[in-house]
Order: sequence, then structure tokens, then C-alpha cells
Amino acid sequence: MAQVRPATIDSTSSTGAERVRLSMRSLDAYFGATHAVRSASVDFVEGRVTAIIGPSGCGKSTLLRCLNRMHETVPTARVEGTVMLDGEDVYARGVNAIQVRRHIGMVFQRPTPFPTMSIRDNVAAGFRVLGANAPKRRQLDEIVEQALLRTALWDEVSARLNESAIGLSGGQQQRLCIARALATQPKVLLLDEPTASLDPLSTQKVEELVYELRRSVTVVIVTHNMQQAARVSDRTAFMLGGELVEVAPTKTLFTTPHDSRTESYITGRFG
Amino acid sequence: MLGIMYLAAILATLPLVFILGHLLVQGASSISLDFFTKMPRPVGEAGGGLANAIVGTLVLIGIASAIGLPIGVGAGLFLAERRGTKTANAVRFLSDVLNGLPSIVMGIFAWQFLVRPLGHFSAAAGGVALGAMMIPLVTRTTEEMIRLVPTALREAALALAYPNWRTSLTIVLRTALPGIVTGALVAVARIAGETAPLLFTAFGNQFWSTSLNEPISALPLQIFNYAISPYDEWHKLAWAGAVVLIALVLVISLAARYATRARFGNASD
Repeated sequence: MAQVRPATIDSTSSTGAERVRLSMRSLDAYFGATHAVRSASVDFVEGRVTAIIGPSGCGKSTLLRCLNRMHETVPTARVEGTVMLDGEDVYARGVNAIQVRRHIGMVFQRPTPFPTMSIRDNVAAGFRVLGANAPKRRQLDEIVEQALLRTALWDEVSARLNESAIGLSGGQQQRLCIARALATQPKVLLLDEPTASLDPLSTQKVEELVYELRRSVTVVIVTHNMQQAARVSDRTAFMLGGELVEVAPTKTLFTTPHDSRTESYITGRFG
Repeated sequence: MLGIMYLAAILATLPLVFILGHLLVQGASSISLDFFTKMPRPVGEAGGGLANAIVGTLVLIGIASAIGLPIGVGAGLFLAERRGTKTANAVRFLSDVLNGLPSIVMGIFAWQFLVRPLGHFSAAAGGVALGAMMIPLVTRTTEEMIRLVPTALREAALALAYPNWRTSLTIVLRTALPGIVTGALVAVARIAGETAPLLFTAFGNQFWSTSLNEPISALPLQIFNYAISPYDEWHKLAWAGAVVLIALVLVISLAARYATRARFGNASD
């Protein structure tokens, strides 16, 4: 796993060449009366992997789900604040959640291949809702191949594209879900503890994949595993009790955190 | 204790074994090609069949399914999607009440609203009565099958920019489809043998008819009429009709089991 090392970025000089792809400003998220995310502000830089770490129930998944407006799909859930994607507020009046999700893909904790679809149709699933704008069959085959190549799955499944995705192993299913999310060329990819249900070998493959993906897509990954955050991310955000405590380049956060709570967490004093 | 359990298990299956055995002994001899292709003969003439009743039952099942399936599946989808809301709870409760309603009441309902205003018995009225019986059966199995679809699957579709309705139809309903098909077939098997709702709606017919606007024959009705008649020839036909009816239900039940097993068929959709 030695090759999976983050490119270290210096926190002081990081503003110049970097472009902010996604930006959250004073965002509050609720489940009914529960205040799950408290006034969170954070920037996600283009072509970088940002990890969100924190103990269970700290609101890291909720924060992630606010980025592509998935939070609001839960009954009684509520969001206040702004999330800017390339300078446009995804929560602005008149903006449709569906348009937002077209640009911000997401992969979940457990693999979610559609059981009634073949491997090929799973990867192409994002195009089915485009109607007349959907690519033609041959073009779609090309897109499917590219997406599977990007997720290093092509060699494993190219001979059985028409078979059920249920026949794949857990790790393959998860990489299939990443391929499915990437096929429609989103600007941002959200990963919600993508390796939580995988064995170590599959975990390593997904981590290598995430590391590779940073070149082409902005990645935000939620993980409860600090080693994973250290391995795959350029920047790390630490959350505690719904509050975004600290956001810094990964190396800085793990070696010289500013906040004492971050230090306690990474040195294993709680969580 | 174990002995009592075994005894109970044997007693539970005994009625079916006894009924099937008795039916086959009494009815099998009257089943021939004529039974399926010929019309009933007048009293005193040997032979003849129940072709009109078999076709009538199929027509009635068709009408009932055309009514019961879309409404039942739609209502089941509604219950699963609006889970926990007051409307959903009310609909679920009413659906259970409807399910528990005696079938003769369904017949009275159809008679009141379709037979009386039109002034005559009809296949349509019988089909409506059976369809109304199917609705709650299909509603509940659809709801239960949809609830078995993991929420994660629904979220995955939403995250792929699927609109809500597309998610419900092409992902959730599609994933639950084998179970829903099974439930629908069980409901069809259940109504295929109903007699009471047809007594004063479809009414029965000694002649060939496939018109929805006229009285139509049905296997259960014909069995009833022949069984209470004083003629030995007709008694034999009634037994044979019962065997065919049970065979029909058995075939549908087997199809239901097969549909559950074939979870992943063609990958083209």
C-alpha cells in the first residue's frame, strides 16, 4: 500500500493555484428537533480528495448528504445554509435536487447494485433518466467500458456484462457502484464510508481507486477509519457533535492539529 | 410433545389428501376431451362437457384481474411509499376490513350497483365483484414486497438523479416484481373458486356466452347447480368440474412458486 501516499499540500500556499469546486457556508442540518450539523463551513478543492472523519454520530454522513441534497429525502429532515457548486447555490430557489445530483455522484456504505439489472445496465443506469438526451447504444457501450476501466473492473467483468450484478463479490459490487456514479461524468463524487462493509483486500482496491480518481473528479469521502483518511486524502475535516472542528491538509491535521479536540481524537483519547 | 406436533401436522394435511383423493375417485372418470370442448347436454343424454363454464371462469378472472391488479398494485405502492402517514394507516385498515368482508357481501354490492340499475345479470357484474375481492389481497402483498426492497437501493437511484416517480417504478417496483407477481397469482387462485359473489351477478348460463353484458357460466356456479340437481349424469359432471377447478388453482399456485424462484430473468430491462 506504499504507493497510496497523499500528495502533501502546504496549508499556507494552498490558495493560489487551487480552485474551489464545492463550498459549504454556515450550513445547519436537522432531523426533526435534532440538530445534526451545526453551522458548518468548508471548501472542497477541485481535483483533491477531502476526508471527513469523526466519531460515530458526529454528523459526518449528514454533512455529506447535504452536499447533493440527499438529506432532504428523509422525512422531517431540514437544511439551512448554502452549498455552492461552481459558484451556484444548490439550495437556491428554482434549483431542482435532480439537477444537483446529476453533477454530484454518491456511493454508499453498502454496495447497492440494482438487482434486476445486468452489470452493463447498472453502469449505464444514470443515463436512463435522460430520455431523449441519452447516448445511443454504441456510445453507451463505450461509456460503460470507460467507467469500468476507470474503476479497474473491466478485466474482471468484461466477459459477463449481461449477467446479474448480484453475482459479483462485495468489493466488485462497490467498485461497480463507483463506476455507475462516474459514468455520467459528475464534477464531484461523494463516498459515504465506501469500505465499511468490505474485506481488507477490497478496501485496498477501493482506496487505490479513490487515490487515482482525484485527477479527474473532486472527491469527498466520509470514513471512521483515520488510517484510511491519512492514506487517501489531501485534506481532512474533523467533526465532533455536529460541529466542524477543523479542516486542514491531511498531514497537518494528523501531525500538528490546531484544536485540542482534534488532537485528542487522533491520538485515540476518545471515539 | 413431539408426537402431538406430528399428529397435528398430519391432521392439517389430511383434509386436502382426503378431498383430492375423493375428487379423483369420483370425478376423474368423467374427465375427457369432451369435458373441455363440449357444451352441457340436456338431462337424460349422456356425455357433454363444461366448455362454457371453463371459458366463463377465464373471462371472469380476466375482468377481475383488469380491475384488481392495477388498483391493488397502485394502492400497495402508495402504502409502502407513504408509510406511517395517517392516510396510509387509514387505507391499510380499510383494505384489511375489505379483505375480511364475506364474499357474499361483495356479490350483493355488485348486484346493487351493476345488476339492479341495468336490469339484468352480467359477466361484468361478476367480474367486478371478484375484482373488488382481489384488491385488498393484491394491495397487502404489494406493500409487503415493496417494503422488502432495501432503502439503500432507493437512495442509490435518487443519488443517480432519478426522479422520485422513476425510482418508485423502475427501481423499487421492478425489484419487488417477482413477489408481486406471486401475490397476484395467489389472489387469482383465491377468486377463481369463489361462488357466492357470482350467485346473483354472473348468475350462470347453460349456453355459450363470452359477452360481458350477459349472464355467464362459471365453474363454481356450474358445480353448485349440478351438485344440487337430482341427476346422476350431472353429479358426475359436478365432480369432474371440481377436479378441473382444483387443477386450475394448483397450476396457478405452482406458477406463483416458479415466479418467486426466477428472481433474475432477462437482463435487458
